[in-house]
Amino acid sequence: MKSLAELQAIKEKMQNKVALREGSGEMRVVVGMATCGIAAGARPVLSAFVEEVANNNLAGKVTVSQTGCIGICQFEPVVEVYEADKEKVTYVKMTAEKAKRVVEEHIKGGKVVAEYTFAAHNA
Amino acid sequence: MKEISLNILDVAKNSVKAGAALTTITLNETEETLTLIIGDNGCGMSEETVKNVCDPFYTTRTTRKVGLGIPLLKLSAEQTGGSFEIISRSQEDFPDDHGTTVTAVFYKNHIDFTPLGDVVFSIVTLIQGDPDVDFLYTHNMPQGTVSLDTRELRAQLGDISLAEFEIIAWISEYLKEQYAELNA
Repeated sequence: MKSLAELQAIKEKMQNKVALREGSGEMRVVVGMATCGIAAGARPVLSAFVEEVANNNLAGKVTVSQTGCIGICQFEPVVEVYEADKEKVTYVKMTAEKAKRVVEEHIKGGKVVAEYTFAAHNA
Repeated sequence: MKEISLNILDVAKNSVKAGAALTTITLNETEETLTLIIGDNGCGMSEETVKNVCDPFYTTRTTRKVGLGIPLLKLSAEQTGGSFEIISRSQEDFPDDHGTTVTAVFYKNHIDFTPLGDVVFSIVTLIQGDPDVDFLYTHNMPQGTVSLDTRELRAQLGDISLAEFEIIAWISEYLKEQYAELNA
């Protein structure tokens, strides 16, 4: 059984890691988690981003956060990617699978997955 | 909403938005009923606002935090023959004891009962979204209780954020283990 005392060990392990990360965070992934997003399936999308960012050791560079209604409810789950000096990218009708591809190709590889963007759906 | 756990995720976010330092999520389960209570010590609402929050068309910009979330939860409780109630004490009228409590009762054997679903997933999602406020989760079942108090985690972790992936993963496992133990 897990006990709260285990957190002490995790804390010690993480302190070094977190210290290394300071001053970074140049990329932000924001998942719409209002009623519309949640009903459309945002919960597994958020979790896929959190997991993939951690598994690819990107936590120093990328933060994953939640926001309210972005205003295009019919396109939920909606995810926005912000990067310094670049135009915001809005991904729509996301799934956990699509999230994995966005991490791989866009977050890691720097290439926007055009077919998942709002622009592609709204054309 | 496909699962009650999604309503929980949605409605508990209202508490965080209301500035609650502590949001309490309680599930009391019997053979026949499931009672969900979401309580907070946030800014509360005026009597007038409380009267209107169940109306999906009430939302104005100043009450944007309400919207469809409450009507959807109310519907999912009432469609099982259950009940729904909101009690709120606004900070203005009750400066020392304010906040909102939402109570929904579901009849589990009713054909229109939505399954509870993955409530652990919702709890960790809430914590990931707002790691600086506290959540107290308690699920009382006939066979025992599952619980989590983020204040206890914070006491162990100091300034390490609860949103760190390692912590989120630990919380998820911690809760799943408690459920597995009870259902063994």
